[in-house]
Amino acid sequence: MPKLTIDGIEVEAEAGMTIMQAADLVGIEIPRFCYHERLSIAGNCRMCLVEVKPGPPKPAAACALPVAEGMQVWTQSDLAKKARKGVMEFLLINHPLDCPICDQGGECDLQDQAMAFGSDHSRYVEHKRAVAEKHLGPLVKTAMTRCIHCTRCVRFITEVAGVPELGMIGRGEHAEITSYVEKALTSELSGNIVDLCPVGALTSAPYAFHARPWELHKVESIDVLDAVGSSIRVDARGNAVMRVLPRLNEDVNEEWLGDKSRHAVDGLRYQRLDRPYVREDGTLRPASWEEALRAVAGRLLATDADKVAALAGDMADAEAMVLLKDLMAAMGSPNLDCRQDGAALDPTDRAGYLFNPTIAGIEDADALLIVGSDPRWEAPILNARIRKRYLKGKFPIGVLGPRTDLTYKVQDLGNDPKTLEALAGGKHDFAKVLKEAERPLILVGMGALARPDGAAVMGWARRLAESVGAISDDWTGFAVLHTAAARVGGLEAGFVPGEGGRDTAAILDGAEKGDIQVVYLLGADEIDTARLGEAFVIYQGHHGDAGANRADVILPGAAYTEKNATYVNTEGRMQRTWLAVHPPGEVREDWKIIRALSAAIDKPLAQNTLDDVRARLAEVSPTFADANEGAVVPAAYKAGAGGTGGRLEAAPFASPVTNYYMTDPISRASRTMAACTDVYINGAGDGDSKKRTGTDG
Amino acid sequence: MTAAKTIPESDAADAPFAFNEASLAEARRILAKYPEGRERSAVLPLLDLAQRQHGWISRGVVEAVAELAKTPPIRVWEVVTFYTMYNQGRIGRHHVQICTNVSCWLRGADEIVRAAREVFGVEFGQTTDDGTATVSEVECLGACVNAPMVQIDDDYHEDLDYESAKALFHAIRQGHAVQAGSWAKRQCSAPAGERSTLTADPTTPEGGKWIAADSPAAGASAGGAK
Repeated sequence: MPKLTIDGIEVEAEAGMTIMQAADLVGIEIPRFCYHERLSIAGNCRMCLVEVKPGPPKPAAACALPVAEGMQVWTQSDLAKKARKGVMEFLLINHPLDCPICDQGGECDLQDQAMAFGSDHSRYVEHKRAVAEKHLGPLVKTAMTRCIHCTRCVRFITEVAGVPELGMIGRGEHAEITSYVEKALTSELSGNIVDLCPVGALTSAPYAFHARPWELHKVESIDVLDAVGSSIRVDARGNAVMRVLPRLNEDVNEEWLGDKSRHAVDGLRYQRLDRPYVREDGTLRPASWEEALRAVAGRLLATDADKVAALAGDMADAEAMVLLKDLMAAMGSPNLDCRQDGAALDPTDRAGYLFNPTIAGIEDADALLIVGSDPRWEAPILNARIRKRYLKGKFPIGVLGPRTDLTYKVQDLGNDPKTLEALAGGKHDFAKVLKEAERPLILVGMGALARPDGAAVMGWARRLAESVGAISDDWTGFAVLHTAAARVGGLEAGFVPGEGGRDTAAILDGAEKGDIQVVYLLGADEIDTARLGEAFVIYQGHHGDAGANRADVILPGAAYTEKNATYVNTEGRMQRTWLAVHPPGEVREDWKIIRALSAAIDKPLAQNTLDDVRARLAEVSPTFADANEGAVVPAAYKAGAGGTGGRLEAAPFASPVTNYYMTDPISRASRTMAACTDVYINGAGDGDSKKRTGTDG
Repeated sequence: MTAAKTIPESDAADAPFAFNEASLAEARRILAKYPEGRERSAVLPLLDLAQRQHGWISRGVVEAVAELAKTPPIRVWEVVTFYTMYNQGRIGRHHVQICTNVSCWLRGADEIVRAAREVFGVEFGQTTDDGTATVSEVECLGACVNAPMVQIDDDYHEDLDYESAKALFHAIRQGHAVQAGSWAKRQCSAPAGERSTLTADPTTPEGGKWIAADSPAAGASAGGAK
């Protein structure tokens, strides 16, 4: 543990730390552009120059110089100040003075540091260079003249995103950041390079010229577009969400965010259900809340309880689900299910449906088998964590599933579910790899569980985990990767069939045959609505998607940015969103709608406030206790609880996510996501966006 | 100097490239110098090899080298654009590189440039109509002692003036063989005329003065410089 002094303050740093890291320990801020704690060290911006003794009589780059015993560092000496001022002058030589029309203005590292460390005037009188814009896809807008060549974007795309497509070409004055052949970045994490860019060279294309940072009010919330539950900050102006940015959360998303979670928010403005509707003579007509609730109540009261069913969708919050569950119980109907994809998840066995090792725990694993999942599209943030572990080395990864180009090297085990039997029986080469590992991890996706033989797959996967020693006192190497933000919350809240009740498949069968006469869809859109038959359909949700299209009554509920709601991510981590903007029109929070409906059918629920509902949630499952917010309540793994596995079908696993950019009503309504779909899924439109006018029209 | 550019997509169709048998054998020999997993170290020699076969670095070359060096094409393209000696465009049969940096310029590089313009009839960066030669302007090639100089393909032609440069360029244009080295018939970078220093015999007391006193040679010379 070398001891050194920085600005006279004694610091005890770990061996191998750099001066910059040591300074961060004691809260001394050294300015920087290229250095980023999650990327490799480049040392090319020179902004972090400090005076160091002993050493050569010139300033040294704090980001790249390891600490040594007895080192003396000055960050505010005349030498250091003069060096930084000089570096800043060089950086500004070719940097345009276009801050007033630059989207980075107001949140620009260069702007801030030029104020703090730069000179008050420029001595540069030559022409500034201009650099052609680059085309990096529909999400990243470029203004490369502003680039200061810190190479953070290059390092992020290469190291974290794992798609080495960006580079710095040329040298000296002619250096430019570009992709190899100019085409859209094929990464689901490309939006992060906008955050990383310390200047305005890379800015968010969908957000271009929409708002200034000081006009926005910022609300810390949780993402619900996948089951990872990334921490986000919602930036809104007035009552419109302008953008979503990631928020630091070491346990979940570090400081990254997937492109869908970041850019699908424009979908919150389109296709919204902003008032109740009632179907009359085959068409939906706007109605008042009273009318709509009366129509629903009338129908519910006139139908036998066992002919009523409820399905919860992928973005339903736990509050609404627990109230709807209680309401169904009050009516006497056992037909409810939150697994609208029909995944074989046993609600009574928590360890059987959670990502037990936790996302951060992936870094502790030393072998991984992915079964029937495409983490790159189902949870890009989690995939980045797998890549992070992979880069540390000695991490064999086997994939038994639909996709193998996951940004890291994998052993392709094919896509035959029967391979699981061989693995569990120890008859497969990769079983040995898992057995030899100390902390093997078996990751099971929805592509493996949401199929007719899902229960058998679950059984075999658990047998495999148990047989290779993935379960021990300090390590539960069995992980279920969900695709829906609501799923775990629904299972925890008990939104599953009661005794003798129907599950999703049975509800749809019943509706088709006429045995189920009323179906309550709580934001459920990913079902085959054609199978709802003649049933009376109530849709509660925020977007005019599949469910609303088929509905007889629409009860408009709030989206995740418009309510304080509880979600549980795939790890079992209970997290809450915060209201960032008020719901549009006559939209109400979901739990209130159900509470009002309970009164309309004369079975009023006891919960009158959000606190009451949350107390009820905590009663149902300790996961929801206020004290557990943001934390994972670990589940005890019961060996053998998954059964022994049954007959596996030969059909290959297929991921439920066939288009990363459109998986839910919000992203389907988003124009940005439509543009991404065009470019990345349909391979079209890529050429058109090159035809820029240069006026940023 | 050619400015770096993003590699155009169409290049792939324009210039297909595959290492021929001889190059491939050489490439394997180069790759064998580096430990497994460090194939990327071979990018520079592999690019040189490919350029010798193909004349310039096309997208096809970048991709073939990237494959051999087990590295993403963008990493190879970064290298290509960093070094001016890799040609980013098609060139003629001969590459005439004229140094116009300070030493050569002081010694009359402008005259060499004039001679080139007259003989080849092209500007810097252009190729003659018949494809004989491409003329480029380069920075210092490290032969300042023999300035002004021109590099043609792998050879240096030094101590040029307008007349000799013209003769040299005519020979190139007409496909005649030319002798590399000093056109003033200097031996390497030895003085152009008579020696002006170190003229005395180093083994005599006079000549031995430049030998350090504690050198064994100092003792060997009679008396030395004590």
